[in-house]
Amino acid sequence: MFIEAKQINKVYFDKNNKPNTVLKDIDLSIQQGEFVSILGPSGCGKSTLLSMIAGLVSSTSGDIIVDGKKVIKPGKDRGMVFQQAALFPWMNVTENVMFPLRKEMSKKEGMERAQHFLKMVQLSNYPSHYPHELSGGMQQRVSIARSLAMDPAVLLMDEPFGALDEQTRSRLHGQLEEIWIDTKKTIVFVTHSISESIKLSDRIIVMGTRPGTILTDITVDIPRPREQHRQEIAALEEQIMGLLKKEIDKVIDEEQAYEAGS
Amino acid sequence: MKPAVKRIIFFAALIVFWELGSRFELWHETILPSPVSVYDSLVAGFADMTLVYDLAASFRRLLIGLVAAVIIGTGVGILLARSKTADETLGTLVLALQSVPSIVWLPLAMMWFGLGEGSIIFVVILGGTFVMILNVRTGIKNVDPLFIKAARTMGSNGLDLFIKVIMPASVPYFVTGARLAWAFAWRALMAGELLSSGPGLGYTLRYASDFGNMSLVIGVMIIIGVVGAIVDLMIFQRIEKNVLKRWGLET
Ligand SMILES: Nc1ncnc2c1ncn2[C@@H]1O[C@H](COP(=O)(O)OP(=O)(O)OP(=O)(O)O)[C@@H](O)[C@H]1O
Ligand SMILES: [Mg+2]
Repeated sequence: MFIEAKQINKVYFDKNNKPNTVLKDIDLSIQQGEFVSILGPSGCGKSTLLSMIAGLVSSTSGDIIVDGKKVIKPGKDRGMVFQQAALFPWMNVTENVMFPLRKEMSKKEGMERAQHFLKMVQLSNYPSHYPHELSGGMQQRVSIARSLAMDPAVLLMDEPFGALDEQTRSRLHGQLEEIWIDTKKTIVFVTHSISESIKLSDRIIVMGTRPGTILTDITVDIPRPREQHRQEIAALEEQIMGLLKKEIDKVIDEEQAYEAGS
Repeated sequence: MKPAVKRIIFFAALIVFWELGSRFELWHETILPSPVSVYDSLVAGFADMTLVYDLAASFRRLLIGLVAAVIIGTGVGILLARSKTADETLGTLVLALQSVPSIVWLPLAMMWFGLGEGSIIFVVILGGTFVMILNVRTGIKNVDPLFIKAARTMGSNGLDLFIKVIMPASVPYFVTGARLAWAFAWRALMAGELLSSGPGLGYTLRYASDFGNMSLVIGVMIIIGVVGAIVDLMIFQRIEKNVLKRWGLET
């Protein structure tokens, strides 16, 4: 297995030293090249789990193995895209994309590479713009290009389109799917939108909350491009909602807030 | 109407009112000299170069003091932001000293450095340093944790993370710190010069006052105000605005 989480537990302690179990006994395997969504209501520990794979957060117990190596700190083999684009405002678009490349290639090579990935997210006309001059959707695309530029084996995405409007989000879904097909990256995609997870992923890991556990692991075998298979999508959406009997109210609340354009 | 036009009309009206008041002797010339006599004494002061030397001397002290304040302030600010122990000890001292107007250090400074340049520059440095320290400290502590997380996933850590991400991210605070340091240093400089020997704007102000030359007193006061406003408006506010815009912090 390419990414393997074994018996992951995470306990946070609050101000009064009261333990709060955020993740409990998480077992998860992801194959190379797979597009896996982690779906679950707010607060179930999706970001925590993703940050653990990134190496930004350590587990209380249990190991995460990526490509045969135990994760102990962040590394360029794992790129991460956050809900906020997190571009550095003092750098222009090209400089931002070149940030992870600084130390390993010449400036010229870095610029060519940045240009290549900006083209991939269809932003090659904005090399010298500064982040504040771009829309939210454009910023998020730069952020995706920045992660891709360091050629990670895994792309971790934490609700990358959560802050965008419906149309932009839908366009970016298409772009991301193309990028995934072109680059054959392994993508772990956190979301609390059922439809988003069905649209994009090979597999959906459904999580429940308090404590965060994996409820089910659903394989999505609807052929791509999926827009043409509305009925199957609707059926699966129904099925996931059914499976989520206990969590359903939370999920729907989330979904509505999300769909409303947050 | 453009703000600049409004401003010109306002100041013109103020000067006309002031001149008319003097003409109709609403107040006595020795209490408040007329704009014309203030203007004459300014022209005379520039003609015999005294005011030019004063300006040069004052700016020299200010520049030395401000540069030192910014350098020391940045260094100590970084230390306080990075070391919890330093923050809990030295940080408290800085906070306490910051509330002491720097001019009260002058008697002590005179004991240490004598009556001349050294004491004034010392007071100017103290005037600017504390506010610079506190702004740099706040800036570094307030860097968006998301920037740090993002940089770490891109292979940056330690010194590289600090220099390439944390420092640039806190530039807006740094600029605000420098602007406030300048404002405090300028005030400290004038106070210091009033109480010491010349040349310098503050010194000439006291000298004119000792000799009852009220029109020169007002003339120097105007220079001090105009210089202060120009530097603040033309240099610092402009830089600050550009930085805030670039850093996406402008509302
Ligand atoms: N640094 C922390 N210290 C203490 N508790 C934390 C910390 N980070 C997260 N938590 C807690 O862990 C739980 C899971 O948080 P997490 O951010 O992983 O949820 P999530 O599933 O990503 O939610 P959302 O969909 O809202 O982003 C929450 O209850 C949160 O309060
Ligand atoms: Mg989250």
